[in-house]
Formats: sequence, structure tokens, C-alpha cells
Amino acid sequence: MIAALVNRILPFSSVDGPGNRTVFFLQGCNFNCGYCHNPETIHVCNNCGACVSACPTGAIRLVEGKVTYQRSVCCACDACLRACPRDASPKVDVMQPEQALGILSGNLPFIRGITVSGGECTLQRDFVLALFRGAKQMGLGTLLDSNGNYDFEQDEELLSVCDGVMLDVKCADPDAHRTLTEQSNELVLKNLAFLASIGKLEEVRTVVVPGVLPNEDTVRQVCAVLAPYWAAGAPIGYKLIRFRPLGVREGFRSVPVPNDESMEHLRGIALQAGCANVSIL
Amino acid sequence: MNIEQEITQSTLRIVGDTSLTHEQAMMNLSKIPGQFVYGFLPPQGYGKLLNQGVLSDLGEGYAPICPRYILPDYDLFLKKGCSFLRIDPPKDLFEAIEALKMFYRHIPSITNFPVYLGRLDRMLQPFIRDEAEARRLIRHFMIFLDRTISDSYAHANIGPEATLAGEIILDCDYELQNATPSITLLYDPAITPDAFAARCARNDLACAKPSFANDAVYKNAYAGEYGIASCYNVLPVGGGAFTLARLNLKAAAEQAQSTEDLLERVLPEAVALNCAFMDEKIKFLIEKSLFFRSNFLVQEGFLHLDRFTGMFGVVGLAECVNHLEALEGRAGVLYGHSGAADSLAHRVMTRLTELVHAYKSPYCAVSGGHYSLHAQVGLDIDIGVSSGARIPIGDEIELYAHLRHAGQFHPYFHSGVGDIFPFEVTAKRNPESMVDLIKGAFSVGMRYFSAYASDADVIRITGYLVKKSDIEKLARGEAVQQDNVIWGLGEVQNSHILDRKVRSL
Repeated sequence: MIAALVNRILPFSSVDGPGNRTVFFLQGCNFNCGYCHNPETIHVCNNCGACVSACPTGAIRLVEGKVTYQRSVCCACDACLRACPRDASPKVDVMQPEQALGILSGNLPFIRGITVSGGECTLQRDFVLALFRGAKQMGLGTLLDSNGNYDFEQDEELLSVCDGVMLDVKCADPDAHRTLTEQSNELVLKNLAFLASIGKLEEVRTVVVPGVLPNEDTVRQVCAVLAPYWAAGAPIGYKLIRFRPLGVREGFRSVPVPNDESMEHLRGIALQAGCANVSIL
Repeated sequence: MNIEQEITQSTLRIVGDTSLTHEQAMMNLSKIPGQFVYGFLPPQGYGKLLNQGVLSDLGEGYAPICPRYILPDYDLFLKKGCSFLRIDPPKDLFEAIEALKMFYRHIPSITNFPVYLGRLDRMLQPFIRDEAEARRLIRHFMIFLDRTISDSYAHANIGPEATLAGEIILDCDYELQNATPSITLLYDPAITPDAFAARCARNDLACAKPSFANDAVYKNAYAGEYGIASCYNVLPVGGGAFTLARLNLKAAAEQAQSTEDLLERVLPEAVALNCAFMDEKIKFLIEKSLFFRSNFLVQEGFLHLDRFTGMFGVVGLAECVNHLEALEGRAGVLYGHSGAADSLAHRVMTRLTELVHAYKSPYCAVSGGHYSLHAQVGLDIDIGVSSGARIPIGDEIELYAHLRHAGQFHPYFHSGVGDIFPFEVTAKRNPESMVDLIKGAFSVGMRYFSAYASDADVIRITGYLVKKSDIEKLARGEAVQQDNVIWGLGEVQNSHILDRKVRSL
């Protein structure tokens, strides 16, 4: 039984890796970032039923004590997400790898690859492994989008069918990281160096949050680790993402969006360190 | 109103219209006699179908002075020069560009401007010695084309190989944001490098060109070379199309009592009349009109009579099928949305192909002895009739399904067909993703793909390009240089071109 909780599937995406890709967003995350812009993907539903009465179309019902969701009836008003007391989503499909692969094969020949994102997809590692194996058999590329809180070095099997990891490095400073995510960044930083060393680091992403995180310090530390790989010609990208107060929870709603000048300053640091592919989003 | 009154009224309307440039007024005046003078007579019964809207002569008139679409052999011109125009073969890039500028001025068509400018990258590449000089000369050449060819049916081709000339053309076009010339990449993923295709996709999103043509399929369209001219017309180089006459399948369906009646009575009659009409017109063009008997393009071998054909245009397949489904008591079973409706569409197209191919004409040896089916883009005055075999605007389906659908229906139209997709601006960050889509689409049968980003000024109307800012100007009653902006304005008002579903990628 290696079914996964799938929050959403994008049949085509131009922003989740090279070329056109199908993206699977899995439910559940082991970080709890204050600035998360889709906090409903963090936790898994505990069938409390608070969303059932909020649903105006009857798409969500309580059947034998379990919250069930019928996508065809849903009007996408998100009232259920607002009603949820624990940042979960009832709009989740339980999916076997075979079902996911069936959906994926329907998108051939328009895609060059698959990206699995989250939530944190490594929490459902067996599903991801089966999905990547099947995708490889279809001749597709496989990328994994991770918060880095997973020991990739211990999972050769997964890496053997994964072309690369798009790694979030939210904060290099351990204390600030723990404040933001409620977790240590030890594994994240280990993965940064490890994945780069085995040629499986596709890109690094850092969300820039003015006044809250030591953004420049994070960018400098990432660059210090990656500079030798960039110097050797490794095509590791660095995405600098502006914090935007869209969809975030209470504590971050009044945090400002970083200005162009500060973003360009950070880009300059990465360029100087030798990154050929720095982008600002 | 008698003829004299009609001519007087049309003439005075044009002469006093401050929204026309001098050139546009002159060309509009030149079209008047052809609406009243019969150099040839249409076949018996044609008038009835014309009045019903089942057939259309597309305003070509009844005393044509030249073929509708002309694709001269520019390679020959650059090699040998032209004795009539006293142009020597060019020796360097400057001379090649000057020679082409002079030559283009003398290439007529239905629009009075050239509709085919040749495979520009391949034509210019051998003359490039110095990149900086080439960039300066080609940039000014492209400005010249836009300002003197006041019509975006003028079409340049590039590819399938990547060349420096091709890169320069793309870079200049990206910067200049002109509607003219239209550009098509003759795209073959096995030949065109991915980086060059991505560069084309970047441009396509920014200024609606180049479009992508399925070169692997089209290169076998005719013996000898083909070119993409006008909107997306696939025609033999060294020839072209004498004429284009169209059948409106929606109007045809409205004349039918049932599907059987359409297939067995209405279509056979309409096809026979449309083909006989083209026969008469072409006969006049060859035997009575001046072009094939005296024009230097023919006499010096830039064009060959036997490389011309006639195009059998088709519009409104979607509305035809939807009407038939309603007629048979299945209202709401829609083309593009239902397998049953699509099967019916295949039945209509199979029958139409059979009828058109069975009509043998002496004037189309290059296309197999019969007229060539073409997905006509429509006219600005059409209301509720979709281009060719397109799914109606407002009725679009999910992107992959839409591309597969196009792949099913494009192969019917040998002399041209195409679909257009606007994308959200996010696609600009990753043009490679659009190339992936096109590769997939071509592998499932699609022949021609066009796109633009939702924020582009230059957009594709039905097959040709227009600057949105020009449409706004014309809507205010101000004259604009490019003549087909007027069709663009009509399409925006009548066919909701700006309401196409924007795809997120």
C-alpha cells in the first residue's frame, strides 16, 4: 500500500523545472513555515468535520466518520480551507502510483518531465519512488521539489530514479531557521553540499523576507557552498523569490514585499560567486 | 440602385474617408471595377449559393489581373539577378538587401503586396561576412519591410536549420515589435536545434511570430520546394495559388434537411460549383489576363504556370457539426467536446475531401490534378463562423485535448491550416515549455501552431498579425499605415478575437 495524498495535479507547468512538465503536489509537510503561502498543504486531515458544514455545494461530506471529497461537485470557493482549524485540506485525492501514472501518460507527448512537489513530497517517499520509476519508463525526466528535511544521502534508491532536486534553503542561520520552520536546518545544509557533489542539485530557492530573515547571510552561505561547483561548470540555478503576503497566515500578512534594489543586490552576490543562472521571481 | 449609382457611391465613400491612407484609398478604388465587370462568367447556379452564403468569391472580382498568391523563386533571383528590372546578381549583403527591396516592390498578389518574401535566413546567410554590419543592415531592412509593405500578409520563412542570419532576424524582430513581416519557422525537431526553437518561441510570445510549421510533413507537400505565404498557406515556390474560393460549411448545413442531405445533395452541388467557378476564373487569368502572358516574373522563370494551383477554402466546420447535431435532435453535442460530434466532423471532411479530389481540373497538376483543401481563416464580416476547422472562440477545451483535436483535423487541409493559442505571461520565463508543447502537437498530427502572450501588442488575428495599438487607433477613426488592421478591427468586433482562452503554462 503506497498510496499518497495528492493535493493537486498541474497537467502543464513552465515554472517547475526545465521545459513543460506535469506537477504533482502532495499533501503534508514537516516544516511549518510562518510565511507558507499555501498553509493548507501542511497538515493532514484528522476528520474533525469542521469543513463539512462550511461547504456550500455538498462536495465535502462526512461518511462513516471520514471526510470525503467529490471534486466534480466542488466550486473551488475554498470555504473549507478557511474553516479548517489545523491547516489541512479536505480536497485531497488518495492515489495509488498506478493511477498517478495513468494521468501522467495521458499528458504524453506534450511534456518532457514530471516534478513532484508539496507539501514535502519525501514524506511519501515510496509513492514518489514508484511514480519516478514509471515516469522513467515513459522516457520522462524526474525532478523533486524538497524543503531539504530528508537525508538524501541515505536513499540511493530514490536518487537513482531522480534526475535532480530543487532544494529550498530558507535560512542558513540555525536559530532563525528554527524560528521560521519549527525545525532544524542541519539536513538542509547537508543536502545542499551532498546533492551538489553528486550532480543532483537542479536549483536552490530562497524566499527573501525583508526584516524577518537574514537574507543576505543565507545567500552568501549558499554561494560559498556552490561556488566551486559553479566554477567547474555545474548548471545549478539559484532562484531568489520575493516574499508576497498572498495566502499567508496572520503573522506574516503585514510583512512587506522586498524592493527591486535589495533583490538585485542579492542577485549580484550570486552572480559574483559564479552562478550563471540566477533568477528573481 | 443602378450600377452607375453604386460606383459613384463606392467611389465617393473611399475618396472622402479620412481613416484611409493614400495607398489604401488607391487600392480600394482599384477593386471597384472588378465587382461590376465580368471578364468571365460564373457557372450556372453559382449565384444562388453565393447569395445563400454557402460559397464566397472572397472579393477577388471578375476580372483578375494577377494570381492571388505568388511565391517567386528568390534563390534564382539572387543567383541571376533580373534583366527586366536591370538588377545584377548581388555580391554582398548590402547589395542583396537592396536587390530584394527593389524586387519585392514588383511582386503583386491579391493585396497588391508580396505575400511571400522567401526563406530570408537562407537567402541572406551566404552574404554575411561581418556580424555587426549584418545586424545593422538586416535591422534597417526589416524596418523598411514594415514601412513599405503595408500589409502583414507578407510572410517570411526561416529554418529549419539555425543560422546566424536567422538569429539576427529574430533578434531584430523581437526588438522592433512590427506586425510586418509575418514569419514562420519551418520546424523539424530532428533538424532545428532546441535553442533556436526556444528563441523562436520567445519571439512568438513577445510579438506573435514566428509561427511554427510542421516541416517534416510539409516538405513533401509538393514536388520541389514549398513556402508559407499570406496567413499560413502552404504553396509551391516558383508558383502559388491562382485563386481561393471558399465553402462555408455552416451555411451549407443550414441548407440541408439532414446529415445525409448535406453529404449527398448540398455538398456535391456546392463542390461542383465552387470548382467550376475556379476553373472559369483561372481560364480567364491564363488566357485573357496579362499576367501569365507578359509579366517578367513568368518570362524570366521566377514563376512557372505549372506550379500554381487553386485553393478550395473551408470555414465553419465546428458550426456545421453543431448545427447537424441539433438537426438530428442532439442539441448541445458540440464539436471538440464530444467524440460523437468529432466523428461526424470526420465524416463531413472525408466526404468533402472525396468530392474535391474527384473533381479533376487542368489547372492544378502540382497538387495532384485537383484543387487543394485549405482552412480559410474567415472574413471580417463573418459572424458566428469559425476559421477552418477551429474550435470556436469561447468554446475552447483543455490545452492538451485541444492540441490533439487540432492534430486530428489539420491533416485534411493540404494547402494550409492553423490554430492560435494566447498564453499567460509566465510562459515567457520558459519558452522551452512551449517548444515541448509544439513537439508533442506535431507528433500527433498538428501542422501549424501560433501563439502570443496575453500582454503582447502584436497579436495574431485569425492568420495575420495586427498591432492592438493600431486597432485602437483605427477604432477612433484615425488612419493607420497597415491595411489589414481594418480586417483586424472587424474580427475583434464580430468574432471576439480578444476573447480567446488564455492558457496558463
